[in-house]
Amino acid sequence: MIARCLIVVLSWIMAEGAAAQGFGGLGTAAEGFAIPDSSYRMVFPDDHGPHPDFRIEWWYLTANLTGQDGASYGVQWTLFRSAFAPGSQRGWTSPQIWFAHAAATSANAHYVAERVARGGIGQAGVTAQPFEAWIDDWRLYGADFDTLKVTAQGDDFSYDLDLKTNSPLVLHGKNGYSVKSGQGQASHYYSQPAYEVSGQLNLPSGPIKVTGHAWLDREWSSQPLALDQKGWDWFSITLENGQRLMAFQLRSDGRVPYTSATWIAADGEVQTYGDGQVTMDPIAMSDVAGKVVPTGWQLKLPDRGVDLNVKALNPSAWMEVSVPYWEGPVLVDGSHAGVGYLEMTGYQ
Amino acid sequence: MTGALAGALWSYWRRAPLQLVSVLVGLALATALWSGVQAINAEARASYDAAARTLGEGQFDQLVPRIGKDLDQEVYLRLRRAGWQVSPVIEGRLAQGGGRIVGLEPLTAPGNLVPVTAPDGTSTIDLASFLQGTLALAAPNEVRRMADATGLDVVAMPGVAAGIVVMDIGTAQKLLDRSARITRMVVSPNQPTKVLPIATIAPEVLVRAASDGSDVGQLTGSFHLNLTAFGLLSFIVGLFIVHGAVRLSFEQRRGLVRSLRAMGTPMRAVVVGMALEIVLLALIGGTSGIVLGYVLAGLLLPDVAATLDGLYGASVADQVQLRASWIVAGLGMALAGALAAAASGLWRIAHLPVLASALPQAWVGRGSRQMRSLAWIAFVLLITAGLSLGFGSGLLMGFGGLACLLIGAALALPPLLQAGVGWFGRRSRSVLGQWFWADTAQQVPGLGLALMALMLATATNIGVSTMVSSFRLTFEAFLDQRLAPELFVQVETEAQALAIEGLPVALVSEVLPLRSVDARVMGQDATVFGVRVGKTYQQDWQLLSHVPDPWRTVQSGQGAVINEQLSYRLEIGAGGLLELMPGHSVLVAGIVADYGNPVGQVILEEQAFTALYSAPSPRRFGLRSHDPDALRRVLLSDLGLPAGAVTDQRQIKSFSLEVFDRTFSVTAALNVLTLGVAGFAMLMSLLTLGAQRLPQVAPVWAMGVTRRYLGWLELVRALALAGLTVVLALPLGLALAWVLLAVVNVEAFGWRLPFFLFPGAYLALALAACLAAFCAALWPAWRMSRVPPAQLLKVFANDR
Repeated sequence: MIARCLIVVLSWIMAEGAAAQGFGGLGTAAEGFAIPDSSYRMVFPDDHGPHPDFRIEWWYLTANLTGQDGASYGVQWTLFRSAFAPGSQRGWTSPQIWFAHAAATSANAHYVAERVARGGIGQAGVTAQPFEAWIDDWRLYGADFDTLKVTAQGDDFSYDLDLKTNSPLVLHGKNGYSVKSGQGQASHYYSQPAYEVSGQLNLPSGPIKVTGHAWLDREWSSQPLALDQKGWDWFSITLENGQRLMAFQLRSDGRVPYTSATWIAADGEVQTYGDGQVTMDPIAMSDVAGKVVPTGWQLKLPDRGVDLNVKALNPSAWMEVSVPYWEGPVLVDGSHAGVGYLEMTGYQ
Repeated sequence: MTGALAGALWSYWRRAPLQLVSVLVGLALATALWSGVQAINAEARASYDAAARTLGEGQFDQLVPRIGKDLDQEVYLRLRRAGWQVSPVIEGRLAQGGGRIVGLEPLTAPGNLVPVTAPDGTSTIDLASFLQGTLALAAPNEVRRMADATGLDVVAMPGVAAGIVVMDIGTAQKLLDRSARITRMVVSPNQPTKVLPIATIAPEVLVRAASDGSDVGQLTGSFHLNLTAFGLLSFIVGLFIVHGAVRLSFEQRRGLVRSLRAMGTPMRAVVVGMALEIVLLALIGGTSGIVLGYVLAGLLLPDVAATLDGLYGASVADQVQLRASWIVAGLGMALAGALAAAASGLWRIAHLPVLASALPQAWVGRGSRQMRSLAWIAFVLLITAGLSLGFGSGLLMGFGGLACLLIGAALALPPLLQAGVGWFGRRSRSVLGQWFWADTAQQVPGLGLALMALMLATATNIGVSTMVSSFRLTFEAFLDQRLAPELFVQVETEAQALAIEGLPVALVSEVLPLRSVDARVMGQDATVFGVRVGKTYQQDWQLLSHVPDPWRTVQSGQGAVINEQLSYRLEIGAGGLLELMPGHSVLVAGIVADYGNPVGQVILEEQAFTALYSAPSPRRFGLRSHDPDALRRVLLSDLGLPAGAVTDQRQIKSFSLEVFDRTFSVTAALNVLTLGVAGFAMLMSLLTLGAQRLPQVAPVWAMGVTRRYLGWLELVRALALAGLTVVLALPLGLALAWVLLAVVNVEAFGWRLPFFLFPGAYLALALAACLAAFCAALWPAWRMSRVPPAQLLKVFANDR
């Protein structure tokens, strides 16, 4: 039901006839909402908090973990904010809707849960300092953005993880202004890609102590997709030598996808790559939830001599939520070895 | 041959159109009353179900406040923040009887509670407008009314129950002026793995399991049972008419049957033909009955809906829908009834020897042997009724006993009437008088069925109106007892509570704090009250049974008064021990009547209550005062309470009674209808008899009694028989009332209603029954006074 309701929420908020307007209606025009501004300079910790004048926003954490048993796991914790009118208000009339997805993935199992809440009554929200993002009992919180705890639970899984980093934040695009199409659609986008993680994952098979690292994405916008863009393939990859790569492509019908990438050196130095400089091509397809989804990719960034084979840890990592998509941990080899997360939306 | 047979059978009805009308009208009336009542019940049940679905009752567990009527929204947040997947609901009434508001939260509501999505997942309404509070949902035929009542844009939504307008919780809170309050929470069937128990997180709520069903169903059960009883009894009365007419048609066609068989028609064909004829008649009569029932239900439903809404707060659609359930049941009843009425006739035809006399068996002149066997059957049935009602238990046993009682009494009627008429005959001095009584005695078997119908109708009316009136008196007394304080006050703060306690004695003779918690007592749901035992309880509260000095026992903290329901359920009487908490028992000092309440009630003394239950200090008070108006002024001006916080007991009482009286309008309508049906039965029997009685009347006429006088005698006879029947109906009606009040009610609902007598009402009913009989006899009497002399003379010419 939550799923069905959310479809309604999303399809109302974001689209009438979502087919022509991008995944989840993210290509809908942004009447009344604030528009990302290339001259905007992010200020922290304020920008860790919500931006209610923008239509959508997310706090997106993914973690590649290794259990005490040596097996690979992935964990996702995402809080979305979605507004049907700009501005925040106390009480039930607030136009802000919050929803969240949590998932835990192993090589042969994938657990998903979803939560939805109205804004304005305290059931969900985000505060910048001290940082807390919450919906129901799911929380991502800490004294500051460098030391966080994250917790969530579903019907059949739960996790409690500690996150720690001393790496700087990474601003994507130009000062965090990340262009998403040739027509100028954009978002404000920054990440903390270098959290060290330790904690516990509870699966139906029992509790597992895990360690690894996590990547937190922050993004807000009002119309991040162009009208004809159908969905995206997004990669966050941590290589064994400490270098990192964020790359995405936005797919349109009958046109070359719009690509973008950010290279993060081991010392935190950042280089941005615009449209066409990174390429990604499917090399393996999987039948997941009745859809054919590319779960193996060749990812190339010639400027850095990067040519990666990216393979899903669990090809069945389908997020069966109100607006379904694929999201799961990936294993990387080729020119470099590493792990990462892959998100793919808009596959029918 | 089939055509010839059909033609032969049909020719009878063509010659006796009156009997045809009698069968059809009898069946139609029987089916009409039955299916009308069933249609009303079906509509009500559908409305309750729809309401329960709208509120998620029966489908999901609910969290309800342990104390009071609502909760702070913060409790919802606390549970959500602890991981519990619950969704808030607020319910309330619109002003001026506009209906009920149900406020839901569509994003967290489980299942299809909020009809914002179509089954295929597509949006059916503009959810943003719903969330933003400009849009609400109501049943299609109530869109306009709800839009007027709420001022919102109301959209038709077939799943929404009658009388309910569904909107977003925020909008509902605003409309009801109950900001940040919720009435309950719906618990999703899927919950996370590790959550603390609800009792730990939110001790102020109780879990009500989905299987507990809706309160409304329990509350209104008694009302619907009354309607059903009425419908069933009307059906039986209608069947008496059918039975009479069908039997007569069979008897009179013995000659026809003999001729048909003599001409070589197989017996099977004749019996099957006659059975098919009955089925056809039943279908025609039944179908017209269903149409009539539909009209009847449509006329009665608005009143019934108003009654149910006022009495129980249950919303019922005020338009009848054609539903397969009651249409099929109605037709089935008509068929089964007609076949049952025809069974003995068919059996007799089937066993008629080919050469048996073609003369119609003297339908009128059944021998005294038959009377005796009737009397015996009646006796056995009445004994069975007595045994099953006296010693049996269970609702079925109650109804079985009731059926035995009614049928037994009906069968006993002809012998009793025979005896009564005989008694008058022996006392009569004049020749004409003796002839009159002897002739009347001879007509008793012929009129028997019609008179049985009259007796059952009268008895039913006596029984049901005794029950309703007893209920009303009891209800009134119950209201007086429960609403003894002249004013009820709701305060917000401790300071206000203290001010109430400190009001001068000159103004307030007694302050009664009203505190209660919902709890489970010995495994039963119950509300536990903490009361201040004083004059009000000691003087005004009538206990059904009690130990010596019951209120002193309660005052000492050692005892409790419990309601009748709890006493029945736990099988604990006055003087028994009630375990409130493990290891803590109190003496049951008394049992108190508590009508219409599905849950148990335990009344403790204030201190004892506080010691056992951690309820907050009182916020509601009942105030006794000799001058409630002055007190009200003080409360409003000196204590600064808002007008809404002070309720005058008289308002509540008059509202409750006004609502209750609406029930009477339905009962009264049904009274008139059943008596009408009985009158019709009488008319049909008299008309049939009239034609056959010429041989008996002709000699009297020949001896000089005028036709006009004979006509008068017909009227007097009808009245005399009706009078005797009504006299006999009185004890039967009272017995019926007793069974309904003391057996059926107790078995069905767990409380016994006291029995009151209403002689005035009975007299009126008796007069109405006699009037019905009188009206029924008018036409036959008029016909008697107008029989052409030639016809009377023919009796002698054709003398058999």
